[in-house]
Amino acid sequence: MVSELQQRMQDSFREHVNEEYIMDCMRCGFCLPACPTYLATNQDETHSPRGRIALMKAMREGDVVWDGSVEEAFDVCLGCRACEPACPAGVQYGALIEETRVAIQHVKPQSLKEKGIRNVAFNHLFADQKKMATTVKLVQFYQKSGLQKITRKIGFLELFPPFMKEMESVLPIIETNKNKNKNTASLPIPRKINVAFFTGCLMDTLFQETNRKTIALLERLGAQVFIPKEQQCCGALHGHSGELAKGVQNARINIDAFDSDEYDYIVNNAGGCGAFLSEYEKHLHSDKLYNEKASGFSKKTIDISSLLIKLGMSELLKKGIAESNSIVTYQDSCHLRNVNRVFLEPRLLLQDVPGFEYKELIDAESCCGSAGIYNLLQPEMAKRILDAKMKGVKDLQPAVIVTSNPGCLMQMQVGVQREGLEKEMKVLHIVDFLFDVVEKNKL
Amino acid sequence: MEEHIKKRFSEIVGAQHIKSSQAQLLAYSYDATANFQSTPDLVISPENLEEIIEIVKLCSKESIPIISRGSGTNLAAGTVPTQGGIVILFNRMNQIVELDKANLTITVQPGVITQVISNYVEQNGLFYPPDPSSMKISTIGGNVSENSGGLRGLKYGVTKDYVRALTVVLPNGSVLKTGGKLAKDVAGYDLTSLLVGSEGTLGIITEITLKLIPLPVHKKTGIAYFHSLEDAAETVSAIIADKIIPVTLEFMDRGTMDAVEDFMKIGLPKDAEAMLLMEQDGDVELVERDLQNMIDIAIEKGAKSTAIAASAEEADLLKTGRRAALSALARKRPTTILEDATVPRSEIANMVRAIQAIAKKYNVQISTFGHAGDGNLHPTCLTDVRDLEEMNRVEQALEEIFHVAISLGGTITGEHGVGEMKAPYLEWKIGESGIQLMRQIKQAVDPLNIMNPGKVFAKEKKMRLVIQHGE
Repeated sequence: MVSELQQRMQDSFREHVNEEYIMDCMRCGFCLPACPTYLATNQDETHSPRGRIALMKAMREGDVVWDGSVEEAFDVCLGCRACEPACPAGVQYGALIEETRVAIQHVKPQSLKEKGIRNVAFNHLFADQKKMATTVKLVQFYQKSGLQKITRKIGFLELFPPFMKEMESVLPIIETNKNKNKNTASLPIPRKINVAFFTGCLMDTLFQETNRKTIALLERLGAQVFIPKEQQCCGALHGHSGELAKGVQNARINIDAFDSDEYDYIVNNAGGCGAFLSEYEKHLHSDKLYNEKASGFSKKTIDISSLLIKLGMSELLKKGIAESNSIVTYQDSCHLRNVNRVFLEPRLLLQDVPGFEYKELIDAESCCGSAGIYNLLQPEMAKRILDAKMKGVKDLQPAVIVTSNPGCLMQMQVGVQREGLEKEMKVLHIVDFLFDVVEKNKL
Repeated sequence: MEEHIKKRFSEIVGAQHIKSSQAQLLAYSYDATANFQSTPDLVISPENLEEIIEIVKLCSKESIPIISRGSGTNLAAGTVPTQGGIVILFNRMNQIVELDKANLTITVQPGVITQVISNYVEQNGLFYPPDPSSMKISTIGGNVSENSGGLRGLKYGVTKDYVRALTVVLPNGSVLKTGGKLAKDVAGYDLTSLLVGSEGTLGIITEITLKLIPLPVHKKTGIAYFHSLEDAAETVSAIIADKIIPVTLEFMDRGTMDAVEDFMKIGLPKDAEAMLLMEQDGDVELVERDLQNMIDIAIEKGAKSTAIAASAEEADLLKTGRRAALSALARKRPTTILEDATVPRSEIANMVRAIQAIAKKYNVQISTFGHAGDGNLHPTCLTDVRDLEEMNRVEQALEEIFHVAISLGGTITGEHGVGEMKAPYLEWKIGESGIQLMRQIKQAVDPLNIMNPGKVFAKEKKMRLVIQHGE
């Protein structure tokens, strides 16, 4: 007997999940070795891209009915999209999993925990920059007031799931920065290139320092940096979790906010945001009002590493003189690598950093398990993936692990802390690392 | 499947090594063959020989079909559980057991990924040549069961040329050990050869000993682009006639090059009708001489341009592109159905011409690539399973390709196996007495027909096409 919910779920899959995209998959299996969850489950086809696409097809065609096992198979996907560059047939897996999540979201009553996390995240924090700022102020108060110390001491956090507890401990120290909202457009700097900065909601609040240093580096290389005030969260987290319509609404706001011929580039320093920004074009393809503007926006979008290279960062770094001694390594941001196909640029920069020797981390291209809010929703799988990642870190023993995305940064910090390596190595955003190098070497 | 039987299986391997949910069963209902799908009753991951013996005994007692599955990259529906039953996985039997440098052999469990073996032996200065295009994904157990070929088949042969010994659980639960670390062994029938390529229909392979050879010191890769398929095919024949045996002599037509270029962006030209990828390995002097000779022959046969890969990385990119050819072709249409027709290498040009004529005759889109040097072509029909009328024409075209291949002295499958997909055509190749003998062997070894039933032997055979001459 197919229940009413199961019937509605099948209808929802038919409505939302594109059959043509499914048909692109010819089931060759070339995606399997690229999929972190397939590898972390000792090759469970259920947790592979090929398996999930077969399951989407089966849901559409009624070969399976919605149940816990089907739901789990989709939930376990990180959405890292490592399968896309590996796929010779060009299957748009990212679009498929997003559509799947939309299909599920339309029908399925969420669990209380998930509902809570989603509600706070999507309807409040990430939808509204002011609320995000308020929350961050609370975090700031929590840290500065000594409350953090007390809470830790009395074990209040024992009440939370272990992973949440670990995430709390790696929250960055938030600096009070009075200049945060200053629009630097008014500063008289000789024009070389005009860069509009997409600050990102997490980056603009929890990682404010990184944003300040991003601006400083760009200006050091002669760029003029603008920060359009009306910008909102990019919408990626909504999109990845079945709330695509909300994500696309944010896209429209951002496209309007950055709509100026003055800007040569729209730069971001968070891999997850950057990928979604570059896909505005795709998401607004059939929006007559926005499709052209979206295309212009996506074309101008660039990640910070690529822009720094264009502006001559490598040459600047090469002026530094220090002998190579410490090891620096890099953990890819999945979306920067798999969607924007940027992986060479951060490595090129790191290879030129004076005083450090760049060494490749084993499986650096494979997801660390952060994946947006995945580590909160799927803590066990996230842990398994992170444990494998940390094995490589322990073998390499770097002094610095560099990342390009706030989620990866915090996840790698959790890993370092879990292994008790926090005295031996630091986890840094590429901007923070490069900024410190420039300062220290007086470049 | 009844609950008490499921319970028995979980007692054998442990409940955590059994998959039985709806999503899990669906994930093991297919392989890489278009248009075949069927869910198993249970998916089981045993840890060792003893557990497999117990599983087989239970299946034998209860007449439950057993489908051994590696990574599910089969291209002839050989690993689709079309009769239900249990799928056995080897994800927990994926260890390299021993590298024997004195005897130049490696002993492995069936679940090891082929590429892992290749990398491991090369780190030790040794070489395992068979390299099917899916070697990054496929397991050695799957390769042995299908007698897989690859890009290096021309010079080094295929999987069967490297299998020295096997441990196999037979359908009655007894254990057979064939061969040994021996270069010579004529003690009775060659059971190793019988089992290699038997597609899981005779038993379950639990351990494999492979022959290794020294790693060639040098290799070099060249490419030639042509104005026509015929020029490329004639170049192949001329190279072989000139007594050059390269490691690799791969062919791609215009359509395949387009698809690969879309995926890889390696700069394949848009104005060539065909290309050959040529590689030689061995001593420096031999490699340089052979590669230069091959390039010269290509130019003589009208190549529009030729090049030599500047670095190992560039050569690897070209080979990776070739390995991805089939999947890349899937970009063009919703369904790709590929064939594996193989002819004596002297007939390559005739076969290529025939494929072009057949595509035209049935108005179907066929792109061809393959191991031209060993006569093994992969004409691939780009189609849409949802269009029944077109599928009908595709089937006719493929049947005619089989027919032509056989009449040129070739076969219906060179390296992918018969599986269920090509079972109806097997008799075309081996005749009635061939089928009868194979059936008798199957009946003797597996009287209950529990080992991968429905594969190799068809329920209904296809009537051989009657081709009117002068068409």
